[in-house]
Parts: sequence; C-alpha cells; structure tokens
Amino acid sequence: MTINELDSMVYTRPDSLTDVSTHYCPGCTHGTAHRLIAEVIDEMGLKDRTIGVASVGCSVFAYNYFDTDFVQAPHGRAPAMATGVKRVYPDRMVFTYQGDGDLASIGMAEIVHAAARGENITVFFLNNTNYGMTGGQMAPTTLPGQVTTSSPNGRDVETQGYPIRTAEMLAKLDGASYVVRRSLHDPKNIRLAKKAIRTAIEVQMRGLGFSLVELLSICPTNWGKTPAEALQWLEEKMVAYYPIGDYKVHPAVAEIK
Amino acid sequence: MQTEIVVAGFGGQGVLFTGQLLAYAGMDEGREVTWIPSYGPEMRGGTANCTVVISNEEIGSPMVEHPTAVIVMNRPSLDKYESMVKPGGVLVINESMVDRPAERKDIKVISVKANEIAEKLGDKRMTNMVLLGALIANLPVLPLEAIEKALKGHLPERHHKLLPQNYQALREGEKYKVN
Amino acid sequence: MARELMKGNEAVAEAAVRAGLAAYFGYPITPQTESLEYLSRRMPELGRAFVQAESEVAAINMVYGAACTGQRVMTSSSGPGISLMQEGLSFIAGTELPMVLIDVQRGGPGLGNIAPSQADYNQIVKGGGHGDYHPIVLAPASVQESVDLTVLAFDLAEKYRSIVAVLSDGSIGQMMEPCELPPMQPLKTSFPDWAVSGAKGRERRFLTSINLNPAMQEEMNLRLMYRWQEVEANEVRYKEYYMDDAKFAVVGFGSTGRVALSAVRAARAEGIPVGLIRPITVSPFPSKVLEELSKQVEGMLVLEMNAGQMLEDVLIATHGQVPVEFYGRMGGVCVLPEEALREIKRLVKGPLTTTGHPRDRWLNRIAKKN
Repeated sequence: MTINELDSMVYTRPDSLTDVSTHYCPGCTHGTAHRLIAEVIDEMGLKDRTIGVASVGCSVFAYNYFDTDFVQAPHGRAPAMATGVKRVYPDRMVFTYQGDGDLASIGMAEIVHAAARGENITVFFLNNTNYGMTGGQMAPTTLPGQVTTSSPNGRDVETQGYPIRTAEMLAKLDGASYVVRRSLHDPKNIRLAKKAIRTAIEVQMRGLGFSLVELLSICPTNWGKTPAEALQWLEEKMVAYYPIGDYKVHPAVAEIK
Repeated sequence: MQTEIVVAGFGGQGVLFTGQLLAYAGMDEGREVTWIPSYGPEMRGGTANCTVVISNEEIGSPMVEHPTAVIVMNRPSLDKYESMVKPGGVLVINESMVDRPAERKDIKVISVKANEIAEKLGDKRMTNMVLLGALIANLPVLPLEAIEKALKGHLPERHHKLLPQNYQALREGEKYKVN
Repeated sequence: MARELMKGNEAVAEAAVRAGLAAYFGYPITPQTESLEYLSRRMPELGRAFVQAESEVAAINMVYGAACTGQRVMTSSSGPGISLMQEGLSFIAGTELPMVLIDVQRGGPGLGNIAPSQADYNQIVKGGGHGDYHPIVLAPASVQESVDLTVLAFDLAEKYRSIVAVLSDGSIGQMMEPCELPPMQPLKTSFPDWAVSGAKGRERRFLTSINLNPAMQEEMNLRLMYRWQEVEANEVRYKEYYMDDAKFAVVGFGSTGRVALSAVRAARAEGIPVGLIRPITVSPFPSKVLEELSKQVEGMLVLEMNAGQMLEDVLIATHGQVPVEFYGRMGGVCVLPEEALREIKRLVKGPLTTTGHPRDRWLNRIAKKN
C-alpha cells in the first residue's frame, strides 16, 4: 500500500459534496462547514432525502457544492422557502445554510417565525461578523468597535446599535428545540461543531422541531487578516462576545445524546 | 326581468341574513341571484346593508343606484335610501325604529311596527322576517313559500325549532299588503 | 350538479382545493381573508399543507419553496400584500416555477381602503417584480368565473411553468352567487423532471434564479419570451355581448365588465347599437380582437375602476384607428350601471376623435374644463 492510497482511505471527499473547487477565499471556514454538514449527511444516509436551501451571500452557490437537491432563496427568505419545501415533503431532510447578514438582518422575521412555529427544519447559521459577498460591510453581528467598509471608524454602538446574539435570542422561543453555538477556529471546536450538526439533523429526522447551529466563522479577506490571524481573532474577540454553548436543548432532544 | 332589493339597518338586525335568504330563495327557484354586502358609495353612513339582485338572465352589475325595493330597519337607513328607490318601487319601513314618515309619493311605502310584532310572537330577533314578509307581499319577485323553503333549507339544523315562529313572522308581515 | 350560493373568496378557495391544491401559504388582508380562513379549516381536514405566514414576504417565499417540488401551490392577497410579494414573484418567474396567485384588489394607493378597485392592473399585468417576465392574468367577473378560472390557473401554470394570477376585486371576493364547483381532483403524484424531492435514484437537481453569466441569463430570458409568444398565440380569452351588429363597443374587465353589461343592455333597450367586450385574459391581452373590432365600430368606451390602466393596452391594440373614450372611478368607488349608461350615451352623441388622450378628456370633464 502506498502512502497515497493510505491518504485516500483516511480522508476522502464526502459523497454529499460535489467534486469541484469552491469559489470561497483561501482560509474561509465555509469549506469546513460544508464538509461537516456533508459528512453528517453521509453518515446518516440522508443524501437522497436531502433538500438544501441556499441563501444570498457568499454561500449563494452552496448548491454547486452539495451533491443533493437544492433550491436557492431570496435574501433572508431561506427559512420561509424551507418551510414551503418541508410542508410538502415532511419526511425529507430540509436545511438552510445562511450567513449573518442574510439571517440576522434582512431575514430576521423569517428565522424568528420559523423557530416560533417549531418548523421541523435545520438551520446552519454562519456568523463571520460582516457581509462577505458585498465586500465586508457592517452586519448585525459586527462587534462594537469593529472596522468594516461601512463602519470605517469602528462600529459605534451609539449610532449603529449593538450586535445581535442570535442563538440566545432564538433560544427564548418555545418553538425552538435545539439552538446551540459552536466555533470553527480549531480542530477540537470543529469536532464539537460536527457533533452539534449531527444532533441538529437528528432532531429534525425525529420530528422534534426547529434546530439551529450557529457556527462562528472567519472572513480573512474582508477582515484584512491572514487565515491564522483571523482564527486567532475569532477565538479572542468573537468567542468573548458570542460564547460557545447550548442555548436551548429541549428535554426530548437531550435524550438523543 | 330583474329585481334589485336593498336591505339596510344597524348591524345585528339581521340585515345580511335577510338578503342572503332572498338570494337562497331566488337560487332555489332557479333564478340568477347576487348578494353583495355594503360596498360602493352606499358604504358611507355607518349602517349595515346588502344588495340582492334576482333575475332571469345573467346578472350584470350586482350594485345599482336605484333599487326596485328597499327594506329600511332604522332611521339612518331611511334617510339614506328613500331617495334612491326606483320610481314605482317599494319601500318597507320598520316603523318601530323610525320617527318620521316617508316623503316620497311616487313609490309604494309600507310601514310596519316590526319590533312589536316580533316581540309579540316571542322574539325580537324576528323583526327582519316580519319586514321581509311585508316586502314579499308587495313585490312580485318570489312567492312567500319560496322564502319559507329557503329558510328551512339553509338555516342550520340546530335552529330548526325556530322555524314555525319565523314562518309566522313572515305571515304577519304579509298582512301588510298595500294596493 | 347542484348550485351552491357561495362567497367569492370561499368559492375560490374550494375551487383550488378541488384543483388539487397541495399547499397554501397566506397572510390575512381584507378583502381576501375569507380565502385564508376557509383554507385554514379545509386544508388540514384533507391532510394538506396550510401555513399562516408572518408576512406576505414570507408567504410568497413559502410558495416559492413548495413550488420547487412541482406540487400545486397558491397564495392569495390584496394590494399592500401583493406589493410585498413582488420580490418572491420575480424570483419565482426567474426560476420558471408554476404557481397561482389570487389578487383581490382593494382601493389604493397606500393603505387605501377595503372597497373594490382595479388599480392594481399594471402591478399584476405589467409585472411589479424586477426583470422581464409576464404572468398570465385571468380576470373573473363573477363567483362562477372565479371558480372556473382558478382551476384553469393551475393548469396554465403547469403548462407554461408560469405564475398565473387571478385578478379579482373586493366586490367579487365578498359577493355571494350561485356556483357549480368542479369535481375533486386528487393531489398530483407525478412531477416534472425539474422538481426537487431528494435525489433518490437520479442526478441531483437544483433550482435557482441566479446566473452570473449574462449571456446565459439572456438565453433564459429568451426562453421566457418565446414561451410568452406561445401563451399569446394560444391562451387569449374574452367574452363578447351584443357585438354582432354593434356600432359602438364598451371594453371592461372583471367586475366593471359586468357593470358594463347592465349598461349595454339598458342602452340596447333604448335602441343604441352598442356591444361589450370583456377580456378574460388581461394578460395575454386580446389585442387582435380589439384591433379587428376597431375596423367594425365607430367608437369605443373603456370602463375601469382605475385611471385608465387597461386603457393603454386598448390604445396600443387599436393604434389610433378608432376613437376611444374612457370613464373610470378610483379609490374604491365602483362604477354603477347608471353612470356607465350615461357614458355610453355621451360616446354615441360624440364628438369623436382620435387625437389627444382619452384620459385627459375624462379628467377635463371631471374638472369641468370642457
């Protein structure tokens, strides 16, 4: 057995990812998140029962990378669109993949009400504190004092308000069954993130209602940092404001573990 | 041949149901009918009203400026609709709720103390049936039997014990035939 | 089959159910709310999907998602809600999905009022959403026609992968009339080859309206336009009354069309040779019919509950070959038969002209400038 063959045995592309290069920037954690979700879909044998809903933002082309059926929503509307798909096909695995501008700004109404309805869908929420696709503008998640292209002097909470802690907020809703925050900044946290992704999809497949995993992510390009610096910034600054943790675990969900 | 009837009064006087009953009766008799609630210019005035059209052919407008007949169940409705009745038409007035006589001389006016009659029959809520009886007696659009049949056919089953009283209310109203 | 006396909004809802409606998403707004209320009972009773959304924005996007499955889906609303739906409608058009939209028009602009209006003709017919697309628009004039056209809407939506709007108004929605309901169709069990369902035993599918390659996006636009030509060639529908020997024609759609019928009958009773054309598809517009007609009649009168929106389509169709006059009521005020008759008499009396704009003459008459 050659070294190459050994490599291919221990680390292969998940079946649920297509064999193409992504358009994401070097170092971006979207790739990590895609892979984790695809691995879980593979492990649970859901590839031919999955319908993904892409959003607007850097992940608008997520449907090119997941080798499952996919639809693509208007900005912020992925939870509504997922509701439409899920209500027609209650036994399919329906998930949305949304960034923070999409979910926590323009799509706040849709996400809140999908959670409040206990809509039996899974939401993957990538929080990288800015609008990546349009070039790094301030997002509802931008930290106080953080410089972006639309908060050039740093986010001033007096005039630009405070960041929204989405997971904590949605966890208050009775309809939400599983709402957690994880981070993608190191291998340990990535493993924990995958576990949460698995739990979230389990929640849906068992019909237990709304599940959301917020994934703290980096945007080296727009942050003006190297990927390594960006990961460090995430760990130091973002985790401090957005603590990793389980914000809502319905008793029925706790039994899954 | 087309007949337009407006029923107007306060909300709660059974205005809309009276109109629907006419529509049901017309439909069951094989006629074309429309029923439309307070819409159009007559919407102003704070009263509930509806227009029923009964015809032998495809009905054009469900609303008209000058209806063939009007039932007014209160004073604001009289003030609003008296002038609108088509010349030669019929105006049925609930005298119990109206403190002035009609002024028009070119229409047939029927005044009925409908509240008192309904109360005497046991239920003030049958005021609308008394007035409807009076209308049917003076407007050759449908036989009273058609109204009775419609009442039986479309009143929810749980209210069927009230049918005899309602028939009686219609018959009391029918006595107000004016030549 | 027995006729039932039904309210327009409820009849439309039941017609959709019988046409095989699998999923409905909506938001309360007068004067369409009875449809939502009716379906909130009826759909769960049949094990079908019903969601009262948090907004019309969400409702149309739920429709968008459900339409991706190829099932029969619908929403209903009125002016302010339809405005909110324009984003989703454009995306649905851009993804070439079938759906049915019931628009029960009310007085506007703004919050306006809940009385009937036809002022959203341009919004629906010309497409309020961004981009080049044409919805098919059916304009019922009665409860029975609302029922029949709702069923037809689902068929046309599938045939042309198109949005089909039933353009009704508060009077038709609130009105009760006898109607015959269609037979119950079962829900669809086979779906077109573009629909998503989970990639079981086939290649994955994805549905999107984004295409960053302008040349490819242009191809998609062309496909929509060629499809629209097909719609124009095959789906024009209208109804005519008393037109055989008519020297004058009234043109009106929806509820104004039936008000015009009363006026035309009254005019005929006085010996005026006038007929009525009532477009049933206002999109595609019966342009050829009107063009032909412009050679037959001496003058046309367009009646609408707006400031002359369909009027523009009539003017384009007749391109100055015949004098056209206009009369409209706005803001939720209905045209009544008596005033329509008065306008017919004015048309017949003349003077008739093909110069100037009919809307200006109408406005000047209101302002008593001539």
